[in-house]
Amino acid sequence: MTTTQSVPVTEAPDDPRWQALLGVRGGRWGDWVRQRGVYVALILLVLFNVAATPNFATVETMQLLAVQTSVVIMVSLGMALVIGTGGVDLSVGAIMAITAAVTAKAYTPDGYGVPIGIAIVLAIVVATLVGAFNGTVVAAAGVQPIVATLAMLVGGRGLALMITGGALVEMFPPFFGTVRESKHLGLPDIFWLAVALAAVASVLLRRTAFGYRLLAIGGNLQASRLAGLPVPRTLITVYALSGLLSGIAGVISTARIRAADPSYVGLGIELTAITAVVIGGTLLSGGQVRILGTVAGAVLIQLLENTLVSQGARDSIARIIEAMIIIAAVLLQRPWRSAS
Amino acid sequence: MTEDAATPALSVHDFTKTFAGVHALRGVSLDLMPGSVHALVGENGAGKSTLIKLATGVYTPDSGSMLLNGQEASFTSPRAAQQAGIATIYQEVHLAPQLSVARNFFLGRELTRFGALDLRRMNRECAEQLTRFGIPVDVRRPLGELGLGIQQMVAIARAVSTSARVVIMDEPTSSLEPREVEKLLSVVALLKSEGVAIVYVSHKLDEVFAACDTITVLRDGELVWTGATADTSRRQLIARMLGRETSELAAGQRTHLAGRPPVADAPPLLEARNLRRKLLIDDVSVVVRPGEVVGLAGLLGSGRSETVKALFGALPLDSGTISVGGTALRRQTPASRLRRGIAFLPEDRKAEGIIPALSIRDNIGLAALPQLTRAGFVNRKKLDEIVQTFFDRLRIKASSPNQPVAELSGGNQQKVLLARLMCLNPKILLLDEPTRGIDVGAKAEVQTLIAELAEKGLGVVLISSELEEVVEGSDSVIVLRDGAQLAALFGDDITEEHIMDTIAGAADQAIEKQTEEQAEHPDATSMTGVAK
Amino acid sequence: MSDTRTLDIDLETSAVAADAGGRQAAAARGRALTSLLLRNGAVAALVIVIVLGLILVPTFGSADNFRNVALAASFLAIISAGMTFVIISGGIDLSVGSTYALAVILSAQYSIDGSAAAILVPLGACAFVGLVQGLVISYFKMPAFIVTLAGLGGIRGLVFFITDEGNSVPKVPGHKSFETLGTGALGTVGTPVWIALIVFALGWFLLNRTAFGQNIQAIGGNTPAAELMGLPVKRATTLVYVISGLCAAVAGILTTAQSGGGQEARIGDSYELQAIAAVVIGGTLLAGGVGSILGSLAGITLLFVIQNLIVQGANLNSYVQQAVSGAFLLVVVVVQAILSRRAAPPGV
Repeated sequence: MTTTQSVPVTEAPDDPRWQALLGVRGGRWGDWVRQRGVYVALILLVLFNVAATPNFATVETMQLLAVQTSVVIMVSLGMALVIGTGGVDLSVGAIMAITAAVTAKAYTPDGYGVPIGIAIVLAIVVATLVGAFNGTVVAAAGVQPIVATLAMLVGGRGLALMITGGALVEMFPPFFGTVRESKHLGLPDIFWLAVALAAVASVLLRRTAFGYRLLAIGGNLQASRLAGLPVPRTLITVYALSGLLSGIAGVISTARIRAADPSYVGLGIELTAITAVVIGGTLLSGGQVRILGTVAGAVLIQLLENTLVSQGARDSIARIIEAMIIIAAVLLQRPWRSAS
Repeated sequence: MTEDAATPALSVHDFTKTFAGVHALRGVSLDLMPGSVHALVGENGAGKSTLIKLATGVYTPDSGSMLLNGQEASFTSPRAAQQAGIATIYQEVHLAPQLSVARNFFLGRELTRFGALDLRRMNRECAEQLTRFGIPVDVRRPLGELGLGIQQMVAIARAVSTSARVVIMDEPTSSLEPREVEKLLSVVALLKSEGVAIVYVSHKLDEVFAACDTITVLRDGELVWTGATADTSRRQLIARMLGRETSELAAGQRTHLAGRPPVADAPPLLEARNLRRKLLIDDVSVVVRPGEVVGLAGLLGSGRSETVKALFGALPLDSGTISVGGTALRRQTPASRLRRGIAFLPEDRKAEGIIPALSIRDNIGLAALPQLTRAGFVNRKKLDEIVQTFFDRLRIKASSPNQPVAELSGGNQQKVLLARLMCLNPKILLLDEPTRGIDVGAKAEVQTLIAELAEKGLGVVLISSELEEVVEGSDSVIVLRDGAQLAALFGDDITEEHIMDTIAGAADQAIEKQTEEQAEHPDATSMTGVAK
Repeated sequence: MSDTRTLDIDLETSAVAADAGGRQAAAARGRALTSLLLRNGAVAALVIVIVLGLILVPTFGSADNFRNVALAASFLAIISAGMTFVIISGGIDLSVGSTYALAVILSAQYSIDGSAAAILVPLGACAFVGLVQGLVISYFKMPAFIVTLAGLGGIRGLVFFITDEGNSVPKVPGHKSFETLGTGALGTVGTPVWIALIVFALGWFLLNRTAFGQNIQAIGGNTPAAELMGLPVKRATTLVYVISGLCAAVAGILTTAQSGGGQEARIGDSYELQAIAAVVIGGTLLAGGVGSILGSLAGITLLFVIQNLIVQGANLNSYVQQAVSGAFLLVVVVVQAILSRRAAPPGV
């Protein structure tokens, strides 16, 4: 807006009152909170629990926390990538439901009766395709991401219910037991899978051309187009990855409860995932992604919920607090970062 | 003139404003007299917009005061400024296109009866007002269905009918047709005769000289000069805006390419024939040979940017052929053009060029990723090498290639973008305003670089709104107006006068341009140059 | 220069002028045209679906069935009316389902204190909830979808808190006058239907015949421009979310009055999606600025008629309707996007 020649120019906040209120120092402080706050909060919460919660520092408690967090981490990773492009994926929960339904349909004798391995692969492929479809609607048709994935959120769960005939389908393949029970180094394999996926996402983002493109598109879509980047392909891949990760999360959720429950699996998880991503320091406006922050954010939310419950607060209170946290986290992003 | 007789309608005293420690405006004072038109001129970044926004309550000044009709005044919002009688018409600001003209006219101060809009009265009064300004339109039509000229006029009529005593127009003619400009200026004259104080921000000097009584020049946030229009010449004014001595300005003559042999009849690198795109490009042909710099000259909106975008595949064409090295290009995408060796530097550095959050390294390497990638993984060592090469060669001033590009000055950002293009080893460079908004030193470096690249056999298409730059830097010049090609000039035919005459000659005869150039060249209306 | 009064402007050449303005005008025309097409599209689709239903499904055409569809649709219709305002202003309100549930529960809980309390408490609470969200959105310039997504979670949490995690669901202890709101009828048509129609009439008036309506259309079209013009952007934006909250409250109160309370805390789940679907199918552009509240009425009616046909005709379960809504929404937004893109060439 007001560029002066030969002087380094930084973005001026659009609202003068914010500027007066926060100034440049405030901006740096806010940036610091945005980027590191999640780790500080996590440490404080752990310390609080060690002091206040009986049996907190036990293997069992940690294992439970790890299992509870894993699904959210996976979904949040996909969400982080999508938010990195400046978009958002509201359909993650619906995709989890579709995955659960497809697994049930493929595995159960009433359905196709294929081995569980094939059923799972099939379900995850379907999830990836649904994600790619979202990406196509966004990239090729030019629909706003919120809207495109909203349509999938509306329709996806309905579709999942249609697949199972509206019912909850119980399944007892031995593999589900393995998924639930097996551990390495004292922590469940589900958690290690989530960690591995986070590592892959991190490498993808930092080392590959795809990662560069993703961040470039989120940073400046028009410039990316003019730099000759394959924008539609990249976007479709990003949404497909989000679908893939939601699919894996859907299978794990199904394995944990030994049933495909298309009505409730992943219900409302989009909010939790967005919260995890945002409190992890990723900018909602795109162009920058924090994978480790996202993982920390997911753990923080789950731990907060557990803490509240163990301190005698009710589930509903946790939801209200989660809502407040997301508002606060986004608020921290606002003043020195104007929306595109 | 009423300078001595009256109290200023608006008097700004010692306004200063900084953004993040950078002075956008420094100690600027200004008196606006009723019944006079006050031009505010200056290059991009001179502080014109900041001054306006301070005066209208969009920003609050760090220091300084303001008198409205002799009374101390300060505004906390645009609304407060409007209510106090200061109306602002921003360039290309749409009101609500889907609402009717009358509804737009009364937007924000609707006429109501018992809480409901009194549409009948609104339509009637709007029609009356518009007729007064000579704008006969059906006030019930959606505003968006009308041409931008009319929309602009409605915006002005709207502003004035709020009984504003001060009207600020920010580049009101930047996208108007000449005929519409003329009408707008007549509305300005009407307002002036009614005693309104008008601030007229424009970079079109013709309009400034035709319509304004007083001129204030801003440069780098400071007031350089204020005085009566009659007391200055165009040359002096340009010199003040650019901060250059008059003699220096006159001396500029094809410096970079002086003495270079004329471009040989080598087979063309790029050959574009009969490009057409509805409303934007009307039969333009561009031929670029190795080592040749082809300048596209024309005013804002002449189709020059659209033409290079079409050459780059970023603007789909309705018809026309483009071939590189004799091979016709079909796919109209930037990626495919890049593979053919065409690279493009966009006009709007901030919106279309840099990716602010990324580092200098990532910004440079972006377009070259396919060459730097194996099995999807980026070879960071190779990337670093390339980046360092250009970092040194273009003398990018930054702490390291890891610095976010947003923190650089305009000139250095531009160098980053040029480096992005150069690491692709392109055969053809399309440069849209490569030196706009960058400091003088960087400008000279960029111009030299372009000349060097051309000498190495690259083909260059160059756009600049500074005619001088086109004249100095081009081997041939294509003159555009309204998307159509007026002439192609070669060799000694390439002069500022020639180009301006060509544009002016084709312009609507109704425009009265009382410029020195035209006075010196009475036969300027004939078509000049050799058509290709 | 002096003879300005006789100047005339060649409208036609101006309108097709090959400049940036012409393009902008073309884009605006395209938007208006898109909206017109889609608005009439909803009505046309509604007519076609009804005719098909009359021909193919024998039980569909009875007056009783029409009355039932109208009654069933009236609650969501009221919510969509509020949503129309939000979307035209360029925002989105994902919290309406939860807000609706809050109204349902509060209305039942306070019906002990009489009809007035059963009506006023939820109205006040939901207006407050809308006010808070609106203030956060307009004054902190936060994305509406994030704020209302947090609202969706937070308000639902509040509902569960009030109902002891959903275990205690209040019932209406039999206030005749209050229950008449839901169960009564004027002529043969149920009261909620009449109230929905009144809400839409008021909404139409507010949108098209008041300064506030003008403002939100201008804001949705171009918020920065509206700000520079000195329109009360923050106030109008805030008010839009209050209206949305109030509409959700009215729907919630009617639901309690009709059912006599005892609704579970989960009620209204994903109502926001159906409301958005109805508004968009009705031809309101999600980008904001252009919209029609009567289109929303057509949109919601269409969704319920389709649901009715699915249940009556194909004997399928109601969740099929969810999938159909999603598909419908998808088609409409894709068509919207393509049409607006054709009107405004990209990359220029």
